Amino acid sequence: MKKFLYTLALTAALSIPAFAVASAKPVTLIASLKSYGGKGAYLAVYVTDASGKYAGSLWMSGGKSKYYKHLSGWYRATGGNSGEVAGITGASVGSGRSLKLTLDLADTLFDAGYKLHIDTAVEDMRDGPNDISVPLTTEGSGQPIKGKSYISKFTYSM
Amino acid sequence: MIRSLHRWPGLVAALFLIVVSLSGAILSVFPALERASAPSVSSMTAAELVESVQSAHPGLEEISQSASGRITAWYSQDGEIVSAVVNPSTGEAIDSPEQSAFQQWMVEFHRSMLLNDAGRLGVAATSCIMVILSLSGLYLIARRNGGWTKILSPMRGADSGRMHAEIARFAVAGLVLSSITGLWMSASIFNLLPESTGAEFPTQVSEQAGFEVAKAPFLLTLPASELRSLKFPAVGDRADVFTVKTTAGEGFIDQGTGETLNWTDAGIVERISSTVQMLHTGEGASILGLLLGFSALGVPVMAWTGTKKWAAGRSKRKARATRIDEADVIIMVGSEGGTSWGFAESLARELEDKGGRIFVQALSAFDPSQWKSAKLAFIFAATYGEGEAPTSAGTFVDKLTALAKAPSVPLAVLGFGDRTYPDFCGYARAITAAAKAKGWKQFLPFETVDRQSQQDFARWGQSLSTRLKSKLTLDHQPTAPKTRSITLISRRDYGQAVQTPGAILRFSLPTDTLKERVMGTGFGRFVAGDLLSIVPEGSNLPRLYSLSSASKDEFIEICVRKHTGGLCSSQLMDLHVGDTIEAAVRENPSFRVKRSTVPLILIGAGTGIGPLAGFVRANKARRPIHLFFGTRDVDSDFYYAEELAAWQQDGRLAQLSTAFSRGSRPHYVQDALQSDAEHVATLVRDGASIMVCGGRSMANGVKEALKDILVQHGVSPASLKKDGRYGEDIFG
Repeated sequence: MKKFLYTLALTAALSIPAFAVASAKPVTLIASLKSYGGKGAYLAVYVTDASGKYAGSLWMSGGKSKYYKHLSGWYRATGGNSGEVAGITGASVGSGRSLKLTLDLADTLFDAGYKLHIDTAVEDMRDGPNDISVPLTTEGSGQPIKGKSYISKFTYSM
Repeated sequence: MIRSLHRWPGLVAALFLIVVSLSGAILSVFPALERASAPSVSSMTAAELVESVQSAHPGLEEISQSASGRITAWYSQDGEIVSAVVNPSTGEAIDSPEQSAFQQWMVEFHRSMLLNDAGRLGVAATSCIMVILSLSGLYLIARRNGGWTKILSPMRGADSGRMHAEIARFAVAGLVLSSITGLWMSASIFNLLPESTGAEFPTQVSEQAGFEVAKAPFLLTLPASELRSLKFPAVGDRADVFTVKTTAGEGFIDQGTGETLNWTDAGIVERISSTVQMLHTGEGASILGLLLGFSALGVPVMAWTGTKKWAAGRSKRKARATRIDEADVIIMVGSEGGTSWGFAESLARELEDKGGRIFVQALSAFDPSQWKSAKLAFIFAATYGEGEAPTSAGTFVDKLTALAKAPSVPLAVLGFGDRTYPDFCGYARAITAAAKAKGWKQFLPFETVDRQSQQDFARWGQSLSTRLKSKLTLDHQPTAPKTRSITLISRRDYGQAVQTPGAILRFSLPTDTLKERVMGTGFGRFVAGDLLSIVPEGSNLPRLYSLSSASKDEFIEICVRKHTGGLCSSQLMDLHVGDTIEAAVRENPSFRVKRSTVPLILIGAGTGIGPLAGFVRANKARRPIHLFFGTRDVDSDFYYAEELAAWQQDGRLAQLSTAFSRGSRPHYVQDALQSDAEHVATLVRDGASIMVCGGRSMANGVKEALKDILVQHGVSPASLKKDGRYGEDIFG
């Protein structure tokens, strides 16, 4: 199973606008995909604030910006600006495989009404907007969540 | 030049072309299957469609319609999105929307050979090559047939090139369409097209919710067939909207007011792209898709026949130890398919046996300054299409004309060609004329070899022997056919009373095993007019006889006349029922009856009736056939008299005119034509084809007579031949 995990550790703390990183802790995100049988999935991982406003991107799986408009929630929030994911873009994730990210996230993002979203899209298949939409809380850490479209299970743990 | 442009990319890309076209052919079936199984939205409006689907699936998140008209709905069920193909009028789920794993795999294989971007580039390159091959191939067919206007005229020749060209003519339109649309799609994938980004998401919305989308004015007026997709806003997100796509463009519907927002018409590039997509995949045009898929099936066959033709041209060239400056005989070959190389090789071996030092080269390499010890020069020249130079001839005539003076080494020119083409051995004749004009001494008169005839070649070998005062035997066997032993089952004798003994000989048909049939090594299938090749005892040269039966008849029949001193005809005439001979079948596509309903005029004399009788026998469709048959004596050598009468009775033969050269009123077949001139002219004016079989003098007489009869109608045997309406099978 190990080789199916896209492991990555971002050393630099993620800079969410307006949140100077005073204190941060490593958070591990794991999104496991269903065996939907198509091509590699594009995943946009981003955060919105308590008022539902876009706060920043955490990760983009999939390199062709041409397809980003299929990640409709993220695309709407950013206007499709690939500058938002510059340096935090990786390969698309194959059917039945998992995306594993380890990020330094600011403490202020937790228990403050922030929500983590994942939009998914697969070529020639239906888009999966808000496949995952989960409030970031200390309590929710380690609790697996079912996705709506292509994601079978998602967990974030501190 | 064009030929190399066709050959090399074709050879290099053959495997890729096969892979892409076969997978495409398989994929072409799916849209037709989908079309057949999808209930149509017929005359519904988009609003009605949305309403019916929504009522069946309350948690609806998206409706989409494929180009083939299949409606898929996505709705949430227990927190998860599920999907189903639905019936548009009831909204009920009728099928799973998922493509089979096989189909998905095949799509990916067709697009990229499962190699992602590198594979996509490879497939795009393959498509480019397909376009190049199609255009250069069309040019070559035009050249082969003698001009662009004749590109659809019947093909001549019996090589793998003919099959290649026949398939190409049928498939080329589909292949060009598939490749060009495929290239457009590749360009789109690699972001090379100026595609617009589509409608901008509205920044100003009502922030209300609860409008019933099926009542939105936009959907009320939109025919359901034009709806591509409708996405519902995320539950609880008041800033979100309905996203709607149609064939004309895309926009949004406010979830609070039902207003249309930011409608954007599809750009010209997007509209072309969706048409291209339809043309390429057949989604929404399934019949066209099937036609394209069928055309694609021609590619593997063309790859095979094309490679075979190229290999045939190559294998004939063998290395020799002698250098050009020490050779005393130079043989130059100008050949298209490579068959003349084989003949040159036979000559070279025979001369080597006699102690000659031989150098064989392509005619294009002509350079007499290298001939330091040469005593004789030969040119074997084939003709391409209508009198054009073959590939390996290059610019020989120009080089020769540019020489300061003619080479001192005496020359012999042998032309190779096919008499069924209008300008038989035209290029070889042009060479001979150019050599003569230059003052190049020719030690043998110009001769020709028709359709690789071993007899013609052997005859030329005899005159060469005489001239060189050396015994040479030139028996070249181009592709020695595997013979089978066949048994005589009946014979009917004719003509003894008029000193022209002949017979209709019928042999049993050897049965091919399944393996032989699959491998193509059996006796083979044949129709009347094809040739039976018989190797008589005491000779290596096969003799050819026109067949008067088809393999369907379950017997082999030929009509033979005994020639004084004729080795093969004597042996045949001596056969008793139960005796066997060795024989093989050879195709003769230039003398075949094409399927048609227009009248057919058959003209033959003596044993030339053989294939003509076969044509009548096979005329189960009762096409009007008019037979002119000339022979000596009504009582002695009226071949097939009983059958012809019976066939007239049952309608296979419309009219029989006979001419007998013995008796009170000597009469030849030409005379029979003349006395029926008006009728013949009317038939030809109405589109009739003419086929002639018999001896050369008779064939010439017939041609003259027809020229006379047809001149007032502005046609001639030559013009009919160009149109593929005049066939000849001449012997003797």
